Amino acid sequence: MSDVPEGWELICGLEVHCELATTTKLFCGCRNRFGDDANTNVCPVCLGLPGSLPVLNGEAVEYAMKLGRALNCTVNASVFARKNYFYPDMPRDFQVTQFDRPTNTMGYLDLPAGKRIGVTRAHIEEDTGKTSHAGGDGRIHGAEYSLVDYNRAGVPLVEIVSEPDIRSADEAKAYVDELRKIVLAIGVSDAKMEEGSMRVDANVSVRPAGSTEFRTRCEIKNINSLSSIERAIRYEANRHIGLYDAGERPHQETRHWDEENQRTRAGRSKENSDDYRYFPEPDLLPLEPSAADIARIDASLPLLPAARRGRLADVATVSAERAGLIVDRGQDEFAFRAIGAGADPARVLVHIEQNLKDGFGAMGIDEFVRLVAMETENKLSATQTKQVLAELVAAGGSPEEVAKARGFEAMQSSDLAAIVDKIIAENPDDWQRFVAADDKDANKIYGFFAGLVMKATQGKADGKAVREIFMQRRA
Amino acid sequence: MVMSQRLTRDDVAHVARLARLRLSEAELDEFTPQLADVLAHAEDIERLDVGDVAPTAHPLPLRNVFRDDVVRPSIDRDEVLAAAPAAQDGQFRVPQILGEEQ
Amino acid sequence: MTIGSAFDIAAQVRAGTRSARAVVDECLAAVDAREGDVHAFNLVLADQARAAADAIDARVANGEDPGPLAGVPVALKDNLCTRGLPTTCSSRILEGWRPPYDASVVQRIVAAGGIVVGKTNLDEFAMGSSTENSAFGPTRNPHDLSKVPGGSSGGSAAAVAAGFAALALGSDTGGSIRQPAALCGVVGVKPTYGLVSRYGLIAFASSLDQIGPFAANVRDAALLLEVIAGHDEMDSTSIPQASPSLVDVLDDGVDGLRVGIIEELSGEGIAPDVLAQLHAAATALEKAGAIVETASVPATIYGLSAYYLIAPAEASSNLARYDGVRYGNRVDGASTTEMMEATRTAGFGAEVKRRIMLGTYALSAGYYDAYYGKAQRVRTLIIRDFARAYERFDVLLCPTSPTTAFALGAKTADPLTMYLNDVCTIPSNLAGQPAMSVPFGVGDDGMPIGVQVLAPLQGEATMFRVAAVLEAAQKVGDHV
Repeated sequence: MSDVPEGWELICGLEVHCELATTTKLFCGCRNRFGDDANTNVCPVCLGLPGSLPVLNGEAVEYAMKLGRALNCTVNASVFARKNYFYPDMPRDFQVTQFDRPTNTMGYLDLPAGKRIGVTRAHIEEDTGKTSHAGGDGRIHGAEYSLVDYNRAGVPLVEIVSEPDIRSADEAKAYVDELRKIVLAIGVSDAKMEEGSMRVDANVSVRPAGSTEFRTRCEIKNINSLSSIERAIRYEANRHIGLYDAGERPHQETRHWDEENQRTRAGRSKENSDDYRYFPEPDLLPLEPSAADIARIDASLPLLPAARRGRLADVATVSAERAGLIVDRGQDEFAFRAIGAGADPARVLVHIEQNLKDGFGAMGIDEFVRLVAMETENKLSATQTKQVLAELVAAGGSPEEVAKARGFEAMQSSDLAAIVDKIIAENPDDWQRFVAADDKDANKIYGFFAGLVMKATQGKADGKAVREIFMQRRA
Repeated sequence: MVMSQRLTRDDVAHVARLARLRLSEAELDEFTPQLADVLAHAEDIERLDVGDVAPTAHPLPLRNVFRDDVVRPSIDRDEVLAAAPAAQDGQFRVPQILGEEQ
Repeated sequence: MTIGSAFDIAAQVRAGTRSARAVVDECLAAVDAREGDVHAFNLVLADQARAAADAIDARVANGEDPGPLAGVPVALKDNLCTRGLPTTCSSRILEGWRPPYDASVVQRIVAAGGIVVGKTNLDEFAMGSSTENSAFGPTRNPHDLSKVPGGSSGGSAAAVAAGFAALALGSDTGGSIRQPAALCGVVGVKPTYGLVSRYGLIAFASSLDQIGPFAANVRDAALLLEVIAGHDEMDSTSIPQASPSLVDVLDDGVDGLRVGIIEELSGEGIAPDVLAQLHAAATALEKAGAIVETASVPATIYGLSAYYLIAPAEASSNLARYDGVRYGNRVDGASTTEMMEATRTAGFGAEVKRRIMLGTYALSAGYYDAYYGKAQRVRTLIIRDFARAYERFDVLLCPTSPTTAFALGAKTADPLTMYLNDVCTIPSNLAGQPAMSVPFGVGDDGMPIGVQVLAPLQGEATMFRVAAVLEAAQKVGDHV
């Protein structure tokens, strides 16, 4: 489905805020923990009390550089800056962030479908506290007011800013999804959109297809689930197109995604935020990672999801996207090694995708490899293989012994043909319908016959062989 | 034209708004020439050509100062909130926030 | 006029020959007698000081050593956080606020046996050169109550000069320790940036602020600086080194030391009586074996302009937090924005507002490069010129203040005239280098004059040696 009407192109860049999973906050030793009672993880530093000073959490910097390297960024000497504006969720009425000298720049992220999205920068900054709206409760003449909790103030964030390379809502979703997988793979954040530890803002504009201009963009905030990313971007792009079609034009602004009404709404007024008066944070010193620091970080990075997908796709000769499910479940190492040990790649993928959703349990790789061999050598039917597999996962053991204990020996095809013919003879009306049906209906009726065969053979029949015989008889 | 001559009453009013200060008409009249005087004095450096000189943000050449990611005690919430002009339900209370999302 | 040297007090208290309680009572008697005139304090901690003195005496009686400041009364500038005790910065906006923590320097003083006797008056948020910008009324110069004590640490300077405390702490952003020390006739030291932890010092301009001692003599100043200096993990800009040894070098003399008189800060704009004492000081150093010559540090003439852009810019950001949300006074409003505006408008005095607006302007879009950015580059020029001078000289000399103490009200109408007081002290803050003011003679009006000794980064030991020689020269009447 196309996001925008023919003749238009959607342009999108994303800003993703990712809370780092450090033990303590960015500038003080208060706990970095979601869900605690309000204002219990606070101290003079993160409350911005007069006289307090920030001291940088080295682990947060390490995490940020890790994330930068995982996004193929250059890690630079960097400087913290103050972004000045008044808001009650900011204890000092400025936010410490990085401005003209961010830690990570010029990276990229490859989407599973292959497209490369540029990463402009990934910089370190502090989170704000949380305000919640209250009031209208009659306690003070129905006046409205807000309450502020500073537990989140000072939690370390990395803001990852993409280039405006995204061309569809689907790509935007894939970008965030992939970014989330990377963050989880390197363990720097729990990346939970529902808890706000991963937050996405989208810069959206449109242009006539084929044009190279960049038109006015709007920043959409408050997108709080993976699925609303697509809807918010699609809505906003079409809002712009509607304006252009009506002879108007959007004006640059921040808008908010309204989940309830499935639309974006004009947000904060620009008066306050026009002029942030950035300047270098005098209470913090520059960061100058050495080449050795960067080499150490590179060495500490695990194989990332894209490389893992590629690796599995290569040995299994499937697409990277197909390999994605197994990689996402973290089962790719097992699959990769099983295939490396000689197991049939197609069977390995099918079993892991369909029959091993909950993990490998007590089964070792070697046992799995031998089981797959028994199946491909037709010593076990598919159904039998599945049963043995389940037992190996539940209780371990060797596939040969489990199969033997269950009395599994693949049925000879002549025996199977006899059983099939007997069933056809016993169900002449259904058989006639089966023969007369088109392929789609035939499939439904086939299920009835296959069930009778399995019942007659107590599940020992190989489903594939049964189907072949039926199709031969039908033809 | 030097910068200081550009400092108008409107500039001062704008800057006051940015800084969350309210100035009376009389204060605007008083502050505008005072600030312009200071900026006029700064014309001596405005005229300097220092394009090839790096800025100094810190007087000391310290770099990479970190602390360990170790928990230190937070402070007692009652003590924190006792200092607040208004508090409720363990939180700081402020009047309604206009023009912004919560 | 003083209660005796801190060095002697500590020695006597540690030896058990004088009780800390007696020392504190003497101090408080001096406060009772003259504080009404001088108004050095925002808060006198009489009961707490007596209790602390009794505790020190009990420890001595118990055979313990309370430390190098045993029983020494210390006054704290009221921009240093004291746990549970009002800390106001002489501003309405912080009236009634009690910090939940002590500044690192306060912890060190108490750990060394020092006794906090009170919180001293200052120009609001340390912005000023006369202590007239206090929301709680001006401090007066103990030498002449019609004159200002200088500022912004005027209360601390006056407290030591009046014998209300043996030692005091101030903060120096552009001269706020040295200038009042000069005007009140006491020793005042701005240490190397980062030598003393700023944790718990309520920020004015973070890249310039430094805490330092006031004392009646050079040795006491060295003693207090040794106690408060040294690395603190709570301040990222703290130098990762132990406190330097200063008291031990005071008698080393200046024989062979190369001393440069900064020509750019020793001519135009400096009163003749002040210049006369500067040259007398130079002569005294020569007599003691130093080689004195004229030094040139050309970029120092740009210091004032750079300072009055950098300091207000940082201040505009540092003072944003006083918004009525978390602590301090609030003036209500219909919305949070209105409340913040009403709170800040009512809470800050005129000088603070001027500097916040100046700094906001210097940082605002379109002006950053012309003002703040330019000033940061000029800072580099000043550092470079100092470095060249220190290739030829071990220390530099210039006046601390262009004049002796002026009358209250004389400069309040014209902020720029007031700012010009800081012309000789500002360059050291911009360069992060140490400098101290040593009393040297009096002016035509009989008021104290200070001579300023400047040294390169972490050059405190040499600086104190020079100061000790200047002080000794005065004691034998070896000056005009």
